[in-house]
Amino acid sequence: MSTRDLAWAVIAVVAAGCARATVVETPNLGRPATAAQIAGWDISVGPDGVGLPPGSGTAAKGAVVYEQKCQACHGAKGAGQPNDRLVGGQGTLASKTPVRTIGSYWPHATTIFDYTRRAMPYVQPQSLTDDEVYAVTAYLLHLNGIIGDSDEINARTLPTVKMPNRDNFIIMYPARPR
Amino acid sequence: MDPSKRRFLKRSVVLLGASGLVTSGSKEVGAFEPPDVPPWMKSPGAGFNEYGVPSKHESKVTRTLIRSQPGTTGSGAARTPLEALDGTLTPSGLHFERSHSGVPDIDPDKHRLLIHGMVKRPLIFTIDALLRYPMVSRIHFLECSGNSQFLYQPTPPSLTAGQTHGLVSCSEWTGVPLRLLLEEAGVDPGAPWILAEGADAAAMSRSVPMAKAMDDAMLALFQNGERLRPENGYPVRLFLPGWEGNMSVKWLRRLKVVPAPIMTKDETSRYTDLQADGRSLMFTYPMEVKSVITRPSHGMTLKGAGLYQISGIAWSGGGTISRVEVTSDGGRTWTAAPLSPLVLPRALTRFRLPWRWDGGASVLKSRATDDTGAVQPERDRFIADHGNNAIFHCNAIQAWGVAANGEVKHVYA
Repeated sequence: MSTRDLAWAVIAVVAAGCARATVVETPNLGRPATAAQIAGWDISVGPDGVGLPPGSGTAAKGAVVYEQKCQACHGAKGAGQPNDRLVGGQGTLASKTPVRTIGSYWPHATTIFDYTRRAMPYVQPQSLTDDEVYAVTAYLLHLNGIIGDSDEINARTLPTVKMPNRDNFIIMYPARPR
Repeated sequence: MDPSKRRFLKRSVVLLGASGLVTSGSKEVGAFEPPDVPPWMKSPGAGFNEYGVPSKHESKVTRTLIRSQPGTTGSGAARTPLEALDGTLTPSGLHFERSHSGVPDIDPDKHRLLIHGMVKRPLIFTIDALLRYPMVSRIHFLECSGNSQFLYQPTPPSLTAGQTHGLVSCSEWTGVPLRLLLEEAGVDPGAPWILAEGADAAAMSRSVPMAKAMDDAMLALFQNGERLRPENGYPVRLFLPGWEGNMSVKWLRRLKVVPAPIMTKDETSRYTDLQADGRSLMFTYPMEVKSVITRPSHGMTLKGAGLYQISGIAWSGGGTISRVEVTSDGGRTWTAAPLSPLVLPRALTRFRLPWRWDGGASVLKSRATDDTGAVQPERDRFIADHGNNAIFHCNAIQAWGVAANGEVKHVYA
């Protein structure tokens, strides 16, 4: 590396610390990721349903999965204890003792699928099949009175489920007048 | 007060006495006082250590563990003992911890970072590769947005400064500007968001605005000169200066460039701020201007009237601390406290002020202002604006009551 190259490299690094206009030379060590590699890790599901896998489930099927895999922590029918309550609480958010559950608080139904698939059951995350996650999602929506017992939840129907608290969030980014 | 908090309090009082933070009055005179020579001068000391640890006499200066959810071990937190520290940098071993499903044991040779989504070239990076990239070093605080949440309680909690405010810490972070890797992947210039995901058992994930990612976001590899501690994201974490801590996703394994926020659990059901009217604030990213007096503070006892040094920390996710004022009369009069250099943006700033205690009942408070003009609010004003149920983003002024017997306690005043 010539002295001039070195000088440019130093300028670039300094610039990276305080401004973003300068082009910084990097070693380009990223390896191309294949579609199969990405598919194995891409577990996020947005509110538009992008990322939802094939499969489906109903509340009736979900009740069986819930009793086996979820109830020990979240109580019978999502009533909570020893861990988070998942059902009820609608109409309490403006009270002195709000009860935040999937039914009373969560703005997007897709989040139930996304979170359950990635992080639940707590001691065995990413162990449920996609059908099981769909079924548990349907069961929790049903327990909260949002869908019927036999409504099928799948990649097409889940994003169309309107959550009761959907319109009560105020987006604070980028403006934040506090 | 619940028994566990009472236990914390008791331990803290012992701790403060042991650390010599409070004048302990007459000490027993032993063989170490002049003219006698202390025993540790009469034989050679210990040898060298491969990795140093604090003096055994400081063994009680520890993080306060916050209980995990029942049946779990990794869903709680551990708070920095602010009242036992001074200066602005937090020792890495005392940096607060918060995780959602424990601390993963990651072999750095087997860790991968995937960048994909709205990019021309999806890429996979090894840690060895990241270590060859241009790096920057910056001193910044990191604060959990649930810090200071006890101030939402209707009655003042009997908790020390660290137990109340110890989900903030400050380190020198060194890493690769995120922008460099996004550019290498050929990020779509119009793409507005990035999903960041960790390699922990919760696959903790947050949506991050592209503007922040391209501004001052970094992939941090080093903390206070050494590689990250496991509980702070080893081998690599996202770091977003000034923004609520959980967005600086630890154990970072995946960045997906996306057209809209993913609305993950931790940006919808958690880390949204429920207001008194039942509506919630969402995407409340920057941590507000805040300060707390760390000495004297709850659990300490002043030993008689006289001169004391008030010491505390101030910080703002919005910029640089420009002023800290201190009152000892509950807010009737305020005095500007000198700020200890260096005063850096989005970093803990130390203020100190000599205070002559007259031996009467006093109320100490500090009030910080940042260079955007944001001023830390009084607690009653803050609660009137936000209610008691928001859990997150509490930056109300902290008051410590000093009783005539010298006991310092958390008060609302």
